[in-house]
Amino acid sequence: MFQNLPLFPAQASGFAGDVDALYFFLIAVSAFFSLLIALLVIVFAIRYRRRTPGEVGAGITGSIQLELLWTIVPFGITMVMFVWGAWVYFDLSRPPRAAMEIYVVGKQWMWKVQHPDGRREINELHVPVGRPVKLLMGTEDVIHSFFIPAFRTKFDVVPGKLTTMWFEASRPGRYHLFCAEYCGTKHSAMIGWIEVMEPAAFQAWLSGGTEEGSLASRGQKLFNDLACQTCHMPDSKGRGPVLDGLFGKKVPLRDGQTVVADENYLRESIVNPQAKIVDGYEPLMPTFQGLINEEGLLQLIAYIRTLGPQAPATKTAPAQPESQR
Amino acid sequence: MLQPARPRNYINAEYGVMSWLLTRDHKRIALLYLGAVTLFFALGGLFAVLIRLELLTPAGDLVQSQTYNKLFTMHGVVMVFFFLIPAIPAVLGNFLLPIMIGAKDLAFPKLNLASWYIFMAGGFFTLWAMIAGGVDTGWTFYTPYSSVYSNTNVALTGIGIFITGFSSILTGLNFIVTVHRMRAPGMTWFRLPLFVWSHYAASLIMILGTPVIAITVLLVFADRVLKLCIFDPACGGDPVLFQHLFWFYSHPAVYIMILPSMGVISELVAAFARKNVFGYTFVAFASLGIAVLGFLVWGHHMFVSSQSVYAGMIFSILSFLVAIPSAVKVFNWTATLYKGSISWDAPMLYAFGFIGLFTIGGLTGLFLATLGLNVHVHDTYFIVAHFHYIMVGGTIMGYLGGLHYWWPKISGKLYPEGWAKFAALVVFVGFNLTFFPQFIVGYLGMPRRYHAYPEEFQVLNVMSSAGASILGVGYLIPLVYFVWSMRYGRNAGANPWGAKGLEWDIQSPPITENFHETPVVTEGAYAYTRGRMDVV
Amino acid sequence: MSEPKISAYSAAHHPALAHHFDDLEQQQEASTLGMWVFLVTEVMFFGGLFMAYIVYRTWHSDAFAAGSSHLDVFLGGVNTVVLICSSLTMALAVHAAQTSWRRGQIVFLLLTMALGATFLVIKAFEYADKFEHHLVPGPHFEWPDETLRAPVQMFYSLYFAMTGLHALHMVIGLGIMLWLLWHAYRGRFDAEYFSPVEVSGLYWHFVDIVWIFLFPLLYLIGAHLAHT
Repeated sequence: MFQNLPLFPAQASGFAGDVDALYFFLIAVSAFFSLLIALLVIVFAIRYRRRTPGEVGAGITGSIQLELLWTIVPFGITMVMFVWGAWVYFDLSRPPRAAMEIYVVGKQWMWKVQHPDGRREINELHVPVGRPVKLLMGTEDVIHSFFIPAFRTKFDVVPGKLTTMWFEASRPGRYHLFCAEYCGTKHSAMIGWIEVMEPAAFQAWLSGGTEEGSLASRGQKLFNDLACQTCHMPDSKGRGPVLDGLFGKKVPLRDGQTVVADENYLRESIVNPQAKIVDGYEPLMPTFQGLINEEGLLQLIAYIRTLGPQAPATKTAPAQPESQR
Repeated sequence: MLQPARPRNYINAEYGVMSWLLTRDHKRIALLYLGAVTLFFALGGLFAVLIRLELLTPAGDLVQSQTYNKLFTMHGVVMVFFFLIPAIPAVLGNFLLPIMIGAKDLAFPKLNLASWYIFMAGGFFTLWAMIAGGVDTGWTFYTPYSSVYSNTNVALTGIGIFITGFSSILTGLNFIVTVHRMRAPGMTWFRLPLFVWSHYAASLIMILGTPVIAITVLLVFADRVLKLCIFDPACGGDPVLFQHLFWFYSHPAVYIMILPSMGVISELVAAFARKNVFGYTFVAFASLGIAVLGFLVWGHHMFVSSQSVYAGMIFSILSFLVAIPSAVKVFNWTATLYKGSISWDAPMLYAFGFIGLFTIGGLTGLFLATLGLNVHVHDTYFIVAHFHYIMVGGTIMGYLGGLHYWWPKISGKLYPEGWAKFAALVVFVGFNLTFFPQFIVGYLGMPRRYHAYPEEFQVLNVMSSAGASILGVGYLIPLVYFVWSMRYGRNAGANPWGAKGLEWDIQSPPITENFHETPVVTEGAYAYTRGRMDVV
Repeated sequence: MSEPKISAYSAAHHPALAHHFDDLEQQQEASTLGMWVFLVTEVMFFGGLFMAYIVYRTWHSDAFAAGSSHLDVFLGGVNTVVLICSSLTMALAVHAAQTSWRRGQIVFLLLTMALGATFLVIKAFEYADKFEHHLVPGPHFEWPDETLRAPVQMFYSLYFAMTGLHALHMVIGLGIMLWLLWHAYRGRFDAEYFSPVEVSGLYWHFVDIVWIFLFPLLYLIGAHLAHT
C-alpha cells in the first residue's frame, strides 16, 4: 500500500531544493509551536483539572513580560521567513538573460507550446536538462496557471497580457504539468507532461519537425500578411516607428515618459496601439485585437525581436528584405 | 395534563408562527438565524459529501466534470456566504451581545429582523440559481471566466450574494451602534467580555469589506447581463482588478468568520478554567489588530497572478504581521489554563480542539505568506487544507463549542453531556483525518478543483474521504441531541456552569426584555477570584 | 460615551421612544451613529467603483478624455446646481423639524423631492441621448474612431455603472422622503423627536457629495486632459 502513498514530490529543478529547504524550515517551526501548545494545553488541563465543584482558578490577570515575549519572538521568526521567502521568490521571478525561450499559450482546455525553431506541441513540453528555460505565456480565453510540481513553480496566464516564468530542469524524466487556476468544465483535463531530456536528445527531438519554419519566420509571414510594413518601414520615412533594433530599448513616449520595449509593450502596441504613443508619431494605428490570436501575437513578437542590429542572430531567421539597407 | 406554570420567558411569551416571523426580539431572531444557517450547513455538507465521494477514485466517474465544478462552487458559496459568515455573529452574537452588555435589545430591532429576511431572500436567489442548474465558477468568481465564458447561473448567484451582503452589513452596523450606545451603567469598554470585543472587530470588517464585494459582484453582473465590459480585456479591462476587489473583501471575510469564534473561545476558556483571561487587554486589542491588518493583506492571493514582485513583498510582510495578533491570542488562552480550575465539559473540549486546529491552520498560513513557498502551493490542496483548518477547525469548532456552552441559556434545557463529549471527539478525529492528508497531497502538487486526478494521489484522497464520513457523523450527533433536549432535556438553572457574565445572572431562558431592571456593572468580565462559584 | 440616563419623564411620555432605549437622547444618538456607519459602507461601495475608475483612467487617459467630451457638460452642470440646491432645502427641512415647524417640514421636503426628481429627469434625457448615439456599451456600441472603440466603451461602462448606481440612490432617497413627508404631514416630528429627518438628511447629503465627485471625474476630464 505504501508504494502508492508518496509523501514528497520529485525534485527536478534548480528551485526544488531551495523551496524544499524553506518548506522544511517552516515545518520545523510549525511542529515546534504546535507541539508546544498541545503539550501545554494537555499538561495544564490535567494538572489543574477541577477537583471540587465550587473551585475557582488563581487570580492571575496577565504579564507584560510574557506578552512582549510572545509578540517579539514570533515577529522575529516570521521576519526570517519573510526574508528567506522573498529571496527564493526573487530567484523564481527573474529569468537569467541567457535563458532559452519557449512560447506557451493556454486555451480551454489545452496548453499549446511553440519552440523558437518551429517545433510545436500540445500538452507536452520538452526541455533540455541543465539549461535555463524561460516561458513566455499568453492565453486565448480565461486565466490558467502553468504548474510543474516537480519544479516547484507555477505562474498564471492572464488575458490581455503576457507573463513569464522560468526554471532550469535538473533531472531527466517525465513530470506532471497541471493547470492550477480553475478555467471551466475540463479544468482537470488541462494537464500534460514535462519531458526533461539530455541536451543531445533534446537537439535531436527539436530537429524532428520544423516543416512550418521557425517562429520568427511565421511571424514575418504574419507581418507581411497584415501589411505592417506599409507603415513600419525600416527607414524612418514610415508613418509608424521603426522596429529594427527596437526590442529591449527605451522608447520615448508622447507624454514625456519612457517605456522599455519588452514583450508586453510589443503586445500592447499591437492590440491596443493607443495606449502608449511613441514621441513624434500620430495615433494612427488601428487595433489588431481579434485579428490575431495569441499564438500569432507571440510569433509577431518573436519576429520583431529578430529585427535589426541588436537582435540576437537566429540562424533560421531569413533575411528581411527591408532590413538590408 | 397539568404542569406547574413555567415562568414567562422569551420563548413562551407569545405563540404562533407570526409571533416568530414578525418578532423584533434579538433572541428570537437569533433562533430564526439558527434554523436558517443549520439548513444551509446541511446543504453545504451534502455538496461536500458528493465531492468527497467523487474524489474516492482518481477517474472522474461519479458525476460529470461540469457537475463536479458546480458541486464545489455551490459548496463554497453556501458554506462561506450562508453559513460561516453569519453562523456565530447572527446566532450567538445576536442572542448574547445585548445581554452581555446589559441591554434590552440591539439598537435597531427592526433592522435586525430585516437582516434575517434579506438573508433569506439572498438564500432564495442562490437556491434558485442552484435548482435552475447551478453555477460553476468557483466561489471566487474569477473573471473573465465568470463574466464572459461560464454559461451557468452566475448572475442569479451574484444577486443572491449581493443581497445577502446587506444582511451582513446590517448585522455589523447594529452591533457597532449597540456596543457604542447601549451599554449598561458601569459597563466600560474594558469590562466588556472578549466575545463582545471580537464581535465589534468583526463588525468593523462587515461594514467596511462587505460593500466592496457587493459592488464587485454587481459589476460582474453588469458585465454579464448589461454587457458592460469593466473586467473584460477586450475593452482594455483587467481581470486582475477583479481579484484585487474580490480579495479586498474576501480575505478579511475570513476574519469575519474567525474573530467571533475567537471570542467564543475566550469565553469558554475563562468559564471552564474559572479564571481571568490572561492578558485581557492584549486579547482585546489583538482582535482590533487582526481587523485592521486583515484589510492590508489581500494581495497574498495574487503572488502568481502577474502582480508586481514588489507588491508581492509588501503583501507578504503584512501577511506575516497579521499572524502575530493571532499568535498572541493562542498564547494567552494557553496561559489562561495555568493554575485554573479546569473542567472537561464538552464546550471546553471544543475549545481545546479549536486551540490545536487553529494553531495548525495559522501556522500553515505562514507557509502561504512565504513568497517562495506560496508559488508552489498556491491553488493546490495545501491551500484547501489550510483554510479548512481555519474555517472548519476554527470557526465551526468555536460555533459548536459556543452552542453547547450557551444552549442551556438559549433553550433552558441541558443537553446530554456524555453524548456531547463523544461527538466532540468524533469531530476532532474526523476533521484531522479529512484535512491533514490534504496538506501532503497539496505539497505533492494536486491542484484544487480537480475532478479527476493522477493515480498516485488516491491513497491520501481515500483517507480524506473516510475522515469526511466520520466528520459528518460527528456533526449529526449534536443535531440529534440538541433537538432531543428541547423536549426531553433536564431544565437548566440560571447558571449551570458556575460561570461569570451578565447572561448567567438572568433566568434561562431569559425574559423578552432580558433584564427586569437595567443591571449596574461593578466589575470586569471574568472576575472569578472572588470566592467560590455556585452552580444554579 | 454618555452614560445612559434613566429619565422617567421623557421615557414615559414620548410616543416615539422605542421600548429598548432608556430615553430619546440615547435613541437619537443611536440612529445618528447608525446612519454614519451606514454612510461608511456607502463610501466603501462607491470606493470599489472609484478604484476601477482610477486604474482604467490611468491606463486609457486619451480614450477617457475622448469619451468624456461627448458628455453634456451643460446638463451635468445644471444637475450639479440642482443637487446642491436640494441639499440646501433638505438642510432647511431638518431645521424645520428641529424647530417643530410642521409647515416648513412639508414645504422643504416637497422642494427637495422636486429638485431630486428634476435631477432624475435630466439624467433620463442624457441617458436617452446616449442610447440614440449608440454610446451604451454592448454589441451596438459605436465610436467614430475605431482605434479608440474598446477603451471608450470602458469609459461608458464606468459612466453607466457610476451614474446608474448614483441615480438608484436618488430614487431610494425620494422613497424615503415620501415616507418622511407622510409623517411630517401627520405632525410626528418636533424639537424632541426629529432623528428620522436628520439621518435622512445625512443620506441625502452623501448622495449629493457622490455626485460632486462624479461630475468632474466623468464630465470635465475631457476638457482637463485636452489641455495637458
